[in-house]
Amino acid sequence: MSETPIIELKDVHKAFGALEVLKGIDYRVGKGISSVIMGGSGSGKSVLIKHIVGLLRPDRGEVWVQGLRVDELEGDKLDNVRLNIGYLFQSGALFDSMSVFENLEFFLERHTPMNASEREERIMESLSWVGLPDKRDRFPAEVSGGQRKRIALARALVLDPEILLYDEPTTGLDPVSVRSVSELIVRLREERGVTSVAITHDLLCAEIIADEVHFLYEGAIMASGTLDEVRNGEAPALREFFGSVEVEG
Amino acid sequence: MASSPITDFFHDFGELCRSMGTFFLRFWRPPYEWRELIRQMDEVGTKSFLLTSVTGFAIGIVLAMQSRGTLVRFGAEAVLPNMLALSVVKEIGPVITSLVLAGRLGAGMAAEIGSMRVTEQIDALEVAALKPFHFLIITRTLACMLMFPILTLWTDAVALGGGYLESYLANGMDYRIFFSTAFESIRFSDIIVDTGKTAVFGFIVGMVSCYLGFNVRGGTREVGQAAMRAVVGSSLLILLTDVIIVRMSLMIFGDVGT
Repeated sequence: MSETPIIELKDVHKAFGALEVLKGIDYRVGKGISSVIMGGSGSGKSVLIKHIVGLLRPDRGEVWVQGLRVDELEGDKLDNVRLNIGYLFQSGALFDSMSVFENLEFFLERHTPMNASEREERIMESLSWVGLPDKRDRFPAEVSGGQRKRIALARALVLDPEILLYDEPTTGLDPVSVRSVSELIVRLREERGVTSVAITHDLLCAEIIADEVHFLYEGAIMASGTLDEVRNGEAPALREFFGSVEVEG
Repeated sequence: MASSPITDFFHDFGELCRSMGTFFLRFWRPPYEWRELIRQMDEVGTKSFLLTSVTGFAIGIVLAMQSRGTLVRFGAEAVLPNMLALSVVKEIGPVITSLVLAGRLGAGMAAEIGSMRVTEQIDALEVAALKPFHFLIITRTLACMLMFPILTLWTDAVALGGGYLESYLANGMDYRIFFSTAFESIRFSDIIVDTGKTAVFGFIVGMVSCYLGFNVRGGTREVGQAAMRAVVGSSLLILLTDVIIVRMSLMIFGDVGT
C-alpha cells in the first residue's frame, strides 16, 4: 500500500441509539488505488463510506481525506474537500426535476467559472464518456436503471474529482450493465488516475474493479488483501458470504 | 430518553424552531438561488391563481347571500358592501387563502422534499457542496412569503367582485355605490396589516412543510405522513398565529372604525 494515504480512517466508532454500527474501523486508501469494501447487508458499509464525505460524523475516531480532518470541518471548508470527491449513490440520486443535461450543468454552474459553451462541451464529453450523449434532454424517469447509474457516474465525474466513492454501483443491474458500469470504473482509474472506494456485494463488479478488498463484518474490518486472498479466507463469515455470493452468481 | 408522542412533539417543535432560526441566519447570505426562487414563485403563485380565484369568488357570493337576509331584517341592507369588505379584507380573505394554500402547497412541498430525501437527492446536493438548505428550504419559504400576500389581495378582490355580483343580481346595485361603500370603512393600515400577516402564514407553511420533508426518515410511507402532517401542522399554526397577530394589531392600531 502507498505510504501517503489519500483517505484514512482511524479507530472510527459510530452508533445509532443503542445500535453500534462501526466498532473501531482502521482503513487507509493510497493514491490511485481502487479499494473495494465488501460485506453483507447491515455490516456498516454505507455508514463507513458516508463518513469519508462528511455526511456522517464519527462518535469517536478520526477521518482524514487528502491531509484534512473531515470530521472536524464545517461549512465552506468541508465543501472544499467535497468538491474533490465524486459520489455515486446507490439509486443514482439524479435530480428528478431536471433533465440529464441540467443535472450535470447544475454542478458546473455553481462550482466553475465556465461559460455556457464550455459547460456544454464538458457535459457532452462526460456523457460521451459513459456512452449516453443522446440522453442529454431526457429526464431521469425516462431512462433505464443502468443508464441512470451511468448518467450519475457522468455527473459524479463532471467536476473532475480526484476521489470517487461508489455506493453499490451495480446493485439491481443486469449482468451486462454490471460489466459496463464496472469497466467504466476501471477506465476512470486507468485514464484519470482517480482514487476510488466502492462498496459492493457484487462479486463480478469486485473482480473487475478491485485492487484491494476489505471485508466488513459486524462493524469491523475482518479481512483485507486481494480479492482472492479475502475470498479464500478461513473465517466462517468469509466462507458463508463468498459461498452464498458465488451460488447467487 | 424514552420516546412518547409528547416528547416527540416537543422534540419536533424544538427542531422546527431551530430550522426557523437557521433560515434567518442564512437567507441573506450567498449562494442566492434566484432562478430557483423564481421557479418556486411561479409554482406557489401562478399555479395557485385558479384555486384562489374560485375560493375568493365562492367566499364573496356566499357571504353576501348569507348576510343579506339578516341585514334586511334589521333594515341595514345598505351596509352589506361595508360589512363584506371588512370581513373579507380583515379576516376571511387572508385566513381562508392561507389555509387553502397550506393544503395545496404544504402537502406538495413536504412530499417533494421527502421523496428527495429517501432517494438520496438531498445527500447528493450535500456532497456536491450545493447547500440543500438554501436550494430547497430558503427558496420555497421565501416564495411563500412573497406570494401569499399577492394571492390574498387577489382573493380579496375576487371575493368583493363575487359580493358585487350577488348584490347586482339581488337588487341591481350600481357598482359605483357598492365599491365606494365597501371601501368607506377600510383603513390603509387594515389592508397592510391584514394582508401583510399572510407573509407570516407563508413563512409558516414554507418552513413547516420543508422541515417535515427534509427530515423524513424511512420510505414512501413516511413521505405520505410528512405531507399529511405538513398540512395539519401549518393549518393549526396559521390559526394560532392569527389569534396572536389580531390581538397585537388591535393593541397597536385599535379596533375597526376607531
